[in-house]
Amino acid sequence: MQQPPAMQTKISQATIIQAQNLTYEFVSHDNHIQVLRDLNLSIFNGEQIAIIGSSGSGKSTLLSLLAGLDIPSSGSVQIQNKPFSGLDEDGRAAVRAKSMGFIFQSFQLLPSLTALENVMLPLQLKGQANAKELSLEALAKVGLSARVQHYPKQLSGGEQQRVAIARAFATQPAILFADEPTGNLDNSTGQIIIELLFKMNMEAGTTLVLVTHDVHLANRCQRQIKLENGVLTEQTDLVAV
Amino acid sequence: MNLSARLAWTQTLSLWRSGALRVLIFSLVLAVTAISAIGFFTQRVETALNQQGGLLLGGDIAVIADHAIPDALLDNAEKQGIATAKTYEFSSMVVFGEGSQLAEIKAVEQAFPLRGDLTLGKDVADVGLVVKTSPKQGEVWIEPRLANLLNIKVGDDVEVGERKLHVSAILVREPSRGGDMFGFAPRLMMNAADLPSTKLIQYGSRVKYQLLLAASPEKINQYNAQNKSSLSRGEKIQDVRNARPEIKSALDKAQQFLGLSAMVSVILAMVAMLLSSLPYIKQSLDTFALMRCFGASKSTVLQVLAIQTILIAFFSALLGVLLGFIAQFGLATLAGSLFLESLPPASSTPVLIGLAASIAMMFAVVLPHAWQMRNLTAMNILRRETLAQPISAQAKFLPAALVMCAMIFWQARDGKLAASTIVALVLLCVAIVGLSYVLVTLANRLFMLSPKSQVLNDMKLGVLGLKRRFGLSTVQMIGFSMGLMVLMLLALIRGDLIRNWQASLPIDAPNRFIINIQPSQIDGVKQFFQKQEITGGSIFPMVRGRLISKNGKEINATQWQDERAKRLAEREFNLSWAAQMQSDNQLLSGRWWTPKEYGKPYLSIEQDLAKTLGIQLGDKLIFDVAGDPLTLTVTSLRKVDWDTMRANFFAVTPPGVLDNYSANYISSFHLPIGTDAAMNQLIRSYPNLTVIDVAALMQQVRGIMQKMSSTIEYVFAFSLLAGLAVLYAALIATREERIAEATLMRVFGASRRQVSIAYIAEFACIGLVSALIATVAANLLAYYISAQILNIPFQFNATLALGITLIAAIVIPLAAWLGLRGYLNVPARQLLNSI
Repeated sequence: MQQPPAMQTKISQATIIQAQNLTYEFVSHDNHIQVLRDLNLSIFNGEQIAIIGSSGSGKSTLLSLLAGLDIPSSGSVQIQNKPFSGLDEDGRAAVRAKSMGFIFQSFQLLPSLTALENVMLPLQLKGQANAKELSLEALAKVGLSARVQHYPKQLSGGEQQRVAIARAFATQPAILFADEPTGNLDNSTGQIIIELLFKMNMEAGTTLVLVTHDVHLANRCQRQIKLENGVLTEQTDLVAV
Repeated sequence: MNLSARLAWTQTLSLWRSGALRVLIFSLVLAVTAISAIGFFTQRVETALNQQGGLLLGGDIAVIADHAIPDALLDNAEKQGIATAKTYEFSSMVVFGEGSQLAEIKAVEQAFPLRGDLTLGKDVADVGLVVKTSPKQGEVWIEPRLANLLNIKVGDDVEVGERKLHVSAILVREPSRGGDMFGFAPRLMMNAADLPSTKLIQYGSRVKYQLLLAASPEKINQYNAQNKSSLSRGEKIQDVRNARPEIKSALDKAQQFLGLSAMVSVILAMVAMLLSSLPYIKQSLDTFALMRCFGASKSTVLQVLAIQTILIAFFSALLGVLLGFIAQFGLATLAGSLFLESLPPASSTPVLIGLAASIAMMFAVVLPHAWQMRNLTAMNILRRETLAQPISAQAKFLPAALVMCAMIFWQARDGKLAASTIVALVLLCVAIVGLSYVLVTLANRLFMLSPKSQVLNDMKLGVLGLKRRFGLSTVQMIGFSMGLMVLMLLALIRGDLIRNWQASLPIDAPNRFIINIQPSQIDGVKQFFQKQEITGGSIFPMVRGRLISKNGKEINATQWQDERAKRLAEREFNLSWAAQMQSDNQLLSGRWWTPKEYGKPYLSIEQDLAKTLGIQLGDKLIFDVAGDPLTLTVTSLRKVDWDTMRANFFAVTPPGVLDNYSANYISSFHLPIGTDAAMNQLIRSYPNLTVIDVAALMQQVRGIMQKMSSTIEYVFAFSLLAGLAVLYAALIATREERIAEATLMRVFGASRRQVSIAYIAEFACIGLVSALIATVAANLLAYYISAQILNIPFQFNATLALGITLIAAIVIPLAAWLGLRGYLNVPARQLLNSI
């Protein structure tokens, strides 16, 4: 099922992420393991794209390479037509700080910070002046205005993920990476989170790169790519260019 | 092997293989190594120091009697394989040509000296050679003073009683010459086999019979315990402490310091274990939670936990003890070649301490968590509700704190020392928690600020880390400051102790006493001082008197159980008078007299004497002075520093009280090298004067203090090792969380520089706060220990305080950053997977 056009972002012609001949391999206990093989992928500005595949197909690895959390064995990633994977650790970090946001399956909230402080952390890292206002705003958007002073362990899983969503959007990133964002949530909560994610994504016009094994969730994106044994096997056409 | 044991064993093995145990075991081993190495070393040094003292006695202990030593006492010693030598001391005239002189004769058996040595010269000016023998039959050795007085040369024959004996050497130095300094006449040492032929010892002769004994400390202690109760009247067993009071105080302080070092190493090791076990606990609780989910019973899980804890503690301790033994071996060899001829072998106590400390500490840390887990259902665990209801900090650390207190009491061997240390540690924890709150409040304010500069912004993030990990940061600060505090305490006490020893015997400390100066000779002695440019030569009056009654009650020596009290009650006191209190005395209670009170029947008493005889302020004492009763009221109690070698008095009156009694005078002064001839001239003018040369004695005391100082420096250096273990453990205690946080910061786009600045800022705060509190606590405790336990003056060391604070504020953040640096280069994804 494709999502209703109202929830879809406007896609421009310009590619924002360009992956060329991406290969990722490692050796473990004398076994040569190839996670990704010669993968080519272009993601357009404002596009919503789902990377699907079974466990171990390499989708999370692909996401970390696209986000610069790891470096490919060979091939390259370009962000906004500028070399990215070739940059050093700090160079990639700077790009992430400027243009990327993250939502993880396991939320990755810091247990000793309140909801508000968790959202403020990436803004603080950027040295943003009105970090508190922006964070309160973001938390209000995810419906957690009443819970800003609560700690993660005082929040339910769905609420924790909403804090993570607020944190991801607070910095107004150009690209949002979401790795199994509903993986740790029950169906109905997952559904609410998904609605929220797409709603906020649409409002912000962010490029969304979503990793999931849930076909229904993937279908809400404008494009789905399928990974099997490290190779791109299926790619749907863009709904609207 | 039952199921639990098998599970525990395989889990411990797999934990080890996975690398999860390495940090804990490394830290445990290091802690046990330090604790046992210091234990082994201090124990050996302590025994060696006692033996050093033994040199001054000529044996480890001596049985002393006013009659021939009973054969049973000798037999008992020989049966236990203890080396023995008998000596006989008495006064007798020595005749040479026309002259004769009263001498202290010491007849010794062939085995003398059992400990220490003697120095013999060819003439009075000879510095001499060190020997470990006694005079041969038919030969005598005499002191330079006797040779000077009678003009005897080596090779002459002197008459001792009915025997003519050949002078074969000048006795330059006799370390074992102790006893009552003012009873000294010059020494003549002869072979005990010649004694019967002199016919000097007859029924009723006043002879000091001595049986010297030397063996291992265990045997000596055993002998002491077995024979002490069977001693009859007039017999006593003496060790160096009661024989040589000037050494006793230094020896006691050195041993207290070694006890303190051992205690400090235990505190450090325990703190290191506690800190390094925190990550392990977290990890193993996860495993056990899973085991419960898979259907293991509560008791199985608890058994597995217990067995695994014992396995880890035991094997780490075993390795630690082994390394500790090797370490002290190297240390002892090094130390031995530098200042102690040979160290006695190590005993097994430190092994027990190491094992006990390791196992007790691991259990103290694991137990509260196991207890908490006991009541959780599998569902609780599945839902991770353990995390939602963490046990309180008090409950988590109480057992560990109790174990630590018990170990402190065990190691300190001094209730006051242990108690004051524990109070200081508790205060330190309270101060850290308080200051942490203040810091967090400040951090909260800081959070809302947005500094313009990027570096300031990054530093702000770092300081906020204190808030993020409030509990852990506090534990970490407590660890750092405890480590710093006890090390600083040791440094301060060590400085005070060594300074005190050096000050107690300065280069110009008095090295001669003149006694028996008559009032008409005072001017002559003063002139001699002037001529020889001797400054600080003081002359004190002395009137002999016996204490006969206290507050109207007659004094009877038999009313006391204590041997010393009996002796003091029997002997005559030297009463003196003075306008001013001597500078090395300290007024404890009452007050010193004013010039208006001169001539009033007041008395100032030395505190130890007062305590022994039960004399209090305001008591009326009657002395029998030359047959007349003299009533004096105690108006002050003084503390006297007997280590200084100056003339001092138990009982002092204001000037004018003793004017009607005949007094003679005593003087102590420093005789510069090369003025012996002038001294001899003075003695020839006033033949009644007795000069006592304590230069050699002082040299010995200095030598021993020097050795004790070196020992203390060594032990101190070694305690630093335990300190490193703590600092390391405190650093790794929060490492996992820090890596997780740093990784997340990097995912959000923080550069390595940003993360580094943040961490250095956070640890600089931790280091600074820890060092500040440690400095305050260490100085307070050092002040208390110096003043109340060791009785030495405390000196604040500003350089040390500043140095430690600076080092802590620089080294701690640097070390923390070095530990984290490796992870800054690992791709974030790999770390995200592992957290």
